[in-house]
This record gives sequence, C-alpha cells and structure tokens, in this order.
Amino acid sequence: MNEASPIATADSTPVEARKSRTALLWLILPLAALGLAISWLLIADPLKNFGNGAPPVENLTFERTILSSDGIRILVRAGGSEPMAIAQVQVDGAYWRFTQEPVGPIGRGATAWLHLPFPWVLGEAHAINVVTNTGATFEHEIAVAVPTPTRDATSLASQALLGVLVGVVPVAIGMMFYPALRGVGRNGMNFLLALTVGLLAFLFVDATAEAFELAGESAALFQGQAMVALAAAASFLLLMTAGRRRGVPTGLALAIFIALGIGLHNLGEGLAIGAAFAAGAAGLGTFLVLGFMLHNITEGIGISAPMLKVRPPLWTFVGLALLAGGPAVIGLWIGSLAYAPQWSALFLAIGAGAILQVVVEVTAYLMRSDGRSSAALTAPATVAGLAVGVAFMYVTAMLVKV
Amino acid sequence: MPKVGTWFREKINRRGLLWGGISAAGGSVICASGASLAQSGHSGHAAVSVAAPASIRDHGAAHGAMITVGEVDDARNGFDPAKLLTDWETGSVSTLPDGEILRTFEVEAVDKEIEIAPGIMFPAWTYNGRVPGPSLRATEGERLRIVFRNSGSHPHSMHFHGIHAARMDGVPGAGLVDPGEEFVYEFNARPFGCHLYHCHALPLKRHIHKGMYGLFVIDPDPARHPELADVTRSRLLGTPENAEWQEFAMVMNGFDTNFDDENEVYAVNTVAHAYMKRPIRIVRDRPVRVYLANIVEFDPINSFHLHANFFDYFEQGTTLTPTLRTVDLITQVQAQRGILEFTYRDHETGLYMFHPHQSEFTELGWAGMFDVVEAVA
Repeated sequence: MNEASPIATADSTPVEARKSRTALLWLILPLAALGLAISWLLIADPLKNFGNGAPPVENLTFERTILSSDGIRILVRAGGSEPMAIAQVQVDGAYWRFTQEPVGPIGRGATAWLHLPFPWVLGEAHAINVVTNTGATFEHEIAVAVPTPTRDATSLASQALLGVLVGVVPVAIGMMFYPALRGVGRNGMNFLLALTVGLLAFLFVDATAEAFELAGESAALFQGQAMVALAAAASFLLLMTAGRRRGVPTGLALAIFIALGIGLHNLGEGLAIGAAFAAGAAGLGTFLVLGFMLHNITEGIGISAPMLKVRPPLWTFVGLALLAGGPAVIGLWIGSLAYAPQWSALFLAIGAGAILQVVVEVTAYLMRSDGRSSAALTAPATVAGLAVGVAFMYVTAMLVKV
Repeated sequence: MPKVGTWFREKINRRGLLWGGISAAGGSVICASGASLAQSGHSGHAAVSVAAPASIRDHGAAHGAMITVGEVDDARNGFDPAKLLTDWETGSVSTLPDGEILRTFEVEAVDKEIEIAPGIMFPAWTYNGRVPGPSLRATEGERLRIVFRNSGSHPHSMHFHGIHAARMDGVPGAGLVDPGEEFVYEFNARPFGCHLYHCHALPLKRHIHKGMYGLFVIDPDPARHPELADVTRSRLLGTPENAEWQEFAMVMNGFDTNFDDENEVYAVNTVAHAYMKRPIRIVRDRPVRVYLANIVEFDPINSFHLHANFFDYFEQGTTLTPTLRTVDLITQVQAQRGILEFTYRDHETGLYMFHPHQSEFTELGWAGMFDVVEAVA
C-alpha cells in the first residue's frame, strides 16, 4: 500500500514519500522491539531467578452486598498477581455453604458473585471472611443487616422523596431569597458572590476528601487516588474550556455552571447515600434531614447570586434547582441498586473539578462586576462573605455530623 | 449535600456493640444444624426439627448449610482421616541381650503441603508426611528407640511427654536435629498412659501449629498391675480383651492459614468436618475408648463434648480407674490429654455428635459424628 502512494501522487516529490516511509519504519521498529521483548520474557523466562517460592500476592475487594430472603450475595473483585481460588467462606466465624458464579479461579480484575444461604439477622452485624486456597483471608463487614432495596416502585419512590428533600428542596428555598437580594448594592453583591465562593470552596474540600476516602475502599487496580486527581483535573479543564468558548460566563450562564457543579457533586453524594441505604443505614432521622436542608440552602443562594443583575424567567429557577438537586435522586437510585466505591469516588471527583471551575468563574465575575478588579477581593464585604459562607457550611455540617 | 455519605458510613458502624449478642445466638443453633445436615444423608433417621425464630425460619434449609464446601483429596494428602483413627504405629520389636524388649520407631520430618479443609492448602511441617504424626504405641517398661531423621527445611526435634533423661528431652541442646541430620531418642516406656510428642524447636508456637505433634500411647503391662489385670489387659493392644474395644486416636488441632496468630480451621485429626461428612461407625454393643489430646495453638483451651451420652475419663491415662466418672464434657489445655471410655449399648442406633463446647471451634471445622450401628456389615 505504501508502494502505491508515490504513483498516485506522482507530482509530489519522492523525497516526501521516502520521508513518510521512514517515519512509518520508525513507528513499526519500536513496536516490533516491544513484541520481541514480550516474547523473550514469556518464552525464555529470564526472571525466573526472582521466583522465591513465595505464594502469589492476593487481593480481594468487596464491591456489593445484597441481603435478601434467600441469604447473602456478595460481589468480589480479584486483584491478585495470579487468578485467585476461593476455597471456603466463613460467616461470623463459621464455615458456610456457598456457591460461586462464575465458578473457578477469579482472574485479575475479574468479579464473581458468592451466594451464601445464610440466615442473617435483621438489624444486627455480620462478618464475611473469604478463605482462599493459600489460606489467605479477606474480611468484609455487614455493619447492619437489612434487606437490600429491590427495584420496586415503593423503594424507588421513597428514595426519590429523600433525594428531593435533601437535594432539590433546599436549593429551591435558597432561590426564594432571590427577590429580596435583587436590591443589594455593590457591597451586598460582593458579599453574596463571596459567600457563594466560600460555600463552593467548602464543597470542594469536602468532595475531594470524600472522593479520596472512597477511592481507598475500591480495588487497587483502579488506582483510586490517581483516578480522583485525574478526573477532577479533567472535569475542571473541560468545563473551563467549554465555559469560555463564548467569553467569560456571566449571569445565567454562570448560574448554570454553578448548578452543574453542585449537581455533579450531589450525584456522587447520592451514590454514597444510596449505597449506605443498601448497606442498611436507612435509619435516617427527621432531625438529620432538617440539618441537610439547612446546610444546603446556601446552594440556592449561591446559584441565584450571579443572576441578580438579569431577570430570568421563573422556569429558569425550576430548571436550575433540578439541575443542582435532581442528581441526588438519580445518585440514590443508582447507588442503592448497583454500587461500587470507585463510581462514587469518580463522580465526587468530577464534581470537585466542576466546583473548582465555578469557584474560578465566580471569583472572576466578582472582580468584573465590582469594577475594581483584584482590589475587590480584599474589600471588607468580600472577605466577610467568604468567611460567612465557609463558616455557615462548617457549622451546619455539625448538625449532620454524628 | 456534603458530609451525608461520610455520616452514613460512620453512623452504621454498630458492629462492636452487637458482636457479643450474635456469637451467643450462633452457639444455640450449632448443634441442631450439624445434626440435620448429616442426617439428610441417612434417610433412616428422623429429621431433627429446630425451633428457630421467625427471622431464621424464613431462610428455609439454611440450617444445614453451616459446613465447609467440597471434599478434601485424601490421596494427595497421603493420609485419610478415617484411617488415622485406628492407625497405630507399633514400630519393630526385638529382644535385648538382657531380655528387655526393645521397640524401635522410625520417624522422619518432612515439609509437606496438606489440604486441611476442602480447597485450603497449608504448608505443613510433618512427621512421616501426616498431621498429626504417627500415633506411637508401646507397652509399659519396654526400651524405646526412636530414630528421628530430619528431612525438613528447619531444625526439628521430638519432645516426648514421658520420663526420660535430660539428654533425650528433644529441646535445643538435647536432641534438636538440623536438616539432613539424625538423632536417636532412647528411654524406657513409662509411665503408662495417653501421652504425646511434639517438636520443641524454637519458635515453639510456629513449630507446633505447623503440624509437628502426635500421640504417644503407653499401654499398661498386666504383669505389673495384678490387682486390675482385666482392666489392664483391655488397655493392652493385641490382647483379646482389647480387641473387644473400639479404640480411636484423636488429636484436636487447628491451623492458622494466614499466620495472624489465630486459627482459621479447627479439627480433630486435621481435616475440618471430616467426621461430620463421614461419621465414625461404631458397633452398639462394643465399648468405645478414645485416646484424646489437645494441641491447638493460640487458644488457651479446647474441649470434648459427647452428645446424648456420658463417659468415664482417665486424665493423662496414667490410672486404671477413672479420674472423672459420668461426665459428658472435659476440657484440655494445650498438651493435656486423656482417655475417654463409653458405650452406646443402651442407646438407639443413629448419629451421635461430638464436638468441643466452644462454638467457635465447632463452627470452624471441629465437629464429628458417631454412627452407632447394630453390627458392622
């Protein structure tokens, strides 16, 4: 095929054809060298002297636990240096009959379901201990045993209600301050925008910390820490680029970005809550829901702040509230039905990147709308707004931190 | 919505509080569960009905599920738990010039990977390739010579619980054998009783729990105990009186498969649930004698409980009359041992369970059944 090109482009100089052929050669050569190195490693086994008789490295991560009337099902992911064979399973320190699907050794990165016909006790704790053929053990704790929510309308509806209560309602209530805030002067505006930056900064720190924590629970092969950092950076850069395609975002556009950032963050949170539901933490008190609502009201104020100088139609507010709070519902659903810590970590990281983007944009907007550029950042009203925003989030978080 | 997920994950950690209650509840169902499981394979017997709380009953047949899954490959292990029960190693006998009887045993230390529960391999250190090591059996007063060869990868020894010289103690400096070396332990067989031997190389915990232990039974000599000649003869292997008894060697052991100083598997004679899946057949009319020793490492105590029956117990076997009469439970610390005598003569035939009355050990593999039958087919 390379022979044909000089003829087809007879007019182009043969030098150019030769050049591209050389480039192709230099592309093939390193790949061929890699192929050779791999075959040599596999055939000659030059590293056999490193074989010290030690058993293979084994690792097992528990990704899902389903409790139902026919016992316990757990989804495990193997991460060993070689395929791992599960020999026995203990529940609460007793060997228990189990079936595995698919049967046989579990390859690196592959998953398998273990089913135990175990008579678990409602509201109590159980411990699963998987013993492999080498005698290594991997423990998993079921902190509070409750039936795992199934895909029925009742449980989906009750989760949706919870998602709306802690996600959508507070954002909507925060937005109801909009008419009252419209009349504020320059200092008032600076205060509100700085307040928004403060609450977003709090969310950023919170989401990042939680993403790293969840990443630590996921299987090693996902490299959770790197995944969180890369996903956050990617989402930040992507949204910055997208946001500035038509100039620096202001007004409604900026409000949409804030709502999107908060929404992505809430999706990750929703996944974690849904998973907690599935793990048996459904004992959610009214007081706590009230705490979440109070805590999240600032999100509505934050979304409204950049729109104070425009007069958007009412449906915009509805759309923004759904964009910011709605993902909590979706997260709850997905989290309770199909959950693994890496997904929650991933969405929290994407949310963190998105929040960082709006922190940058709201700050830029603040400087521009003020007219004093960076001097506005150190104005008393700005500093006060920032402090109040962070402090409010911190103090209301105490209500929900048990 | 910050902190929500974090809160959930911290809030739900109630395990610590609940743990005690669960282990207590687990103990109450264990006996019945094992019975119904094993009986399902013996259609002639009535099923055990269990009064379970409603929450448990919902799980249907789950009660019979508390057992290891699969079968252990006895051929690969090179020993069969069913045969270990009656496989007495009597060595070779000759007469010394002064007329004394000399009994010689040959024992070799070998590294060997063994399957201690279906699918779970354990890198054991063994005597003669089996765990527990050979059940050595001699007669009171004989001269014993144990030729011990170490083909393992670490220094090993045989430390006998018996009466012997310091030189023969099998501890570092007195009979500790390096890999490739050999040592001959020599002493007289006394006192009669149910004893044991184990490796006394250091570190002791590791050498014991890796599998280096075995029974060391010295039968009483009828000539030395004329006052209880019948009893003595019944204890002496090879006599017609002894042949009436159904004798079993049982060593209660455990295995720490992940080397965290806690046992993952408990058993009698190594293989978890071996006698649960294949009950030990005994003839109803003939008496039973169990030579029992505890060698479990890491746990301070072990025990033996017999279902639906009581037994006489001879602590360390050094007496001809029971040291405990009519008990259905005895406890043993590590290296404690004794002889159990009982009969199912007045019972119905059927499956009778035995296990330690530490539910933890039972649920991790140490449980078995006697299958009491009219006569061996």
